[in-house]
Amino acid sequence: MVIEAPSRIKPEMDQREVLLSIQNLHVWYELRRFGFGIVGYVRAVDNVNFDLHLGEAVAVVGESGCGKSTLMKTILGLVKPRQGQVIFEGKDIAQADSATLKWYRSQVGYIQQDPYGALPPFMSVRRILEEPLVIAGVKSRQERLERIHRVMEEVKLYPVEDFLGKFPHMLSGGQQQRVVIARAMILNPKLIVADEPVSMLDASVRVEILKLLRGLQESHHLSFIYITHDLSTVKYFSERIFVMYAGKLVEQSPIGELLKNPLHPYTHALLSATSDPDARNALSFREVPPGEPPSLVKPPTGCRFHPRCSQMIQGLCEVEDPPEFTPVPDHRVACWLHKESGGD
Amino acid sequence: MVSTNGKLLRVENLVMYFATLRGPVQAVDGVDFELGVNRAVVILGESGCGKSSLAKAILRLLPRNIARYSGRIFLHDRDVMQLSDEEFRQNIRWVEMSLVPQAAMNALNPVLRVGDQVAEPAMIHMGMSKAEALEAARTMFQRVGVAEDFLTRYPFELSGGMRQRVALAMALVTLPSLVILDEPTSALDLLTQANIFNTLKRIKKELGTSFILITHDIATSSELADDVAVMYAGQIVETGEAKDFFPDPLHPYSKMLMASVPRLRADQDPQFITGQPPSLISPPSGCRFAERCPARFEKCSEEPPVIEKDGRKVRCWLYA
Repeated sequence: MVIEAPSRIKPEMDQREVLLSIQNLHVWYELRRFGFGIVGYVRAVDNVNFDLHLGEAVAVVGESGCGKSTLMKTILGLVKPRQGQVIFEGKDIAQADSATLKWYRSQVGYIQQDPYGALPPFMSVRRILEEPLVIAGVKSRQERLERIHRVMEEVKLYPVEDFLGKFPHMLSGGQQQRVVIARAMILNPKLIVADEPVSMLDASVRVEILKLLRGLQESHHLSFIYITHDLSTVKYFSERIFVMYAGKLVEQSPIGELLKNPLHPYTHALLSATSDPDARNALSFREVPPGEPPSLVKPPTGCRFHPRCSQMIQGLCEVEDPPEFTPVPDHRVACWLHKESGGD
Repeated sequence: MVSTNGKLLRVENLVMYFATLRGPVQAVDGVDFELGVNRAVVILGESGCGKSSLAKAILRLLPRNIARYSGRIFLHDRDVMQLSDEEFRQNIRWVEMSLVPQAAMNALNPVLRVGDQVAEPAMIHMGMSKAEALEAARTMFQRVGVAEDFLTRYPFELSGGMRQRVALAMALVTLPSLVILDEPTSALDLLTQANIFNTLKRIKKELGTSFILITHDIATSSELADDVAVMYAGQIVETGEAKDFFPDPLHPYSKMLMASVPRLRADQDPQFITGQPPSLISPPSGCRFAERCPARFEKCSEEPPVIEKDGRKVRCWLYA
């Protein structure tokens, strides 16, 4: 298939500078037998393209195993892609030398899913927050302390003095996640990658943390990649949404548009499987596509969703990989159902 | 809970405290509720409110550091608290009530075939032969939507959703009248979650099983719930039918809990509850939610009564 460059015809979006551009990204993991001889690949991310603008919040939604964590790790520079580019402020991170990577890591913050697992149990809050500053070469002790104070106030861990000496196990789940957020923010990054930042937290705390993140994103004008499987939180958080299935980006759209008008059958399934609290839910069955996501070692030919899709077109969907169509401006979908409604 | 059916389960003043160095933890403190035949009650609450302890207390799965365990549990109008541990094990656990524990999908024995694991409770509790029990397991696999040839597989060969179904089959293989589900889908994907709830709904219809569903995921819980009980700091603060509760919760805590749920199909901004639940070692006297409650008044320093209102029960002075 011909790989096209991501289209840049988004008039109102394009006024903002592109901070991160993912082009033609393929991340495959090698499968080896007995430690040598490659017997195959896990195609965790397969031909993904998108642009992220300065100050924009996007959500990546998909089931586990769809490649969203691999995409995140590639963006963080932790995994090298097999092919394609991760361009941040004009520099290709996938091919960067260690000096560029060091600079890059000060520009990108990472918020982990499980706060307790992400915080070293033997370090106090102060040491946890000081370490990135030491690595970034902030020599003055005074300045480091000032910055720690500032960031802890921003994530509402006050009175700051009470928390500085505490160890992670002495904090509640919400407070631990605030420390993780503070650590991600302390070097004043331009981009934050958050991997399911609230899924381990209680419902009441979850909203509090989401609002905190949203507030930080707006006040610091951060670009934000929010990885989640929970569609109901997405609209409070991001402007655009990317839907991933089996290593592919199947749909990307502004959030309001996607909720009103989901185009891909998979997005449809995700939306109809999301419940709102309503007693009537118990009276009927939910429509769920049969089967499970495919193995990424031998993904299905053609569209990867076709074995589970109720609207599959015989002779097309199982043969040819659908390109991206743009039936509605800014709303792209990789599905043959929309080939009539305005191709690329 | 208005129900024309007889009551399957009636819990009265159930108490379970754990002994710790700093004093007893009052994990379950005077819980009362009822459950009708072929109904599902969901127990909602934040982590640490005692929901899982309540499940363990009902099944008498007591930890070693138990400090106090009392109250009455009527199952089919028979007080099972009077039974000895051995009688309870032989006649109640698995036979009448079974449990799908939290993260059950990771609790399967990795070195045994899943079919054998599902057959085991039937052999031990129903006295079936191995062949009969495997047949029962096969039937149950079909019911929960696992292909028959998975009987001879090992847990690592199954996906998370399939393992969760196997855990469910294990709880159902003895055909108990009550199954307690502790966070049955919290580690699963959205579509898998919807699938498992479809399966639970079907089983409830076909086998007439009753369920106690313990979760903090309010939105998903509405998929199965006939009744709702809200738990806060070891006590049940509100019970009622789901159709009354979801649109209009009564207790201020229930109201705030419902307001914290992000909704896909409505545009209200979710709210959060400030503050922390109280320590269960020395809970405050009076209403335990008073400290975080926006509607508190002088009365709240006294222990609130349980008020009945249109078939619903709420533990709050506002309705006195």
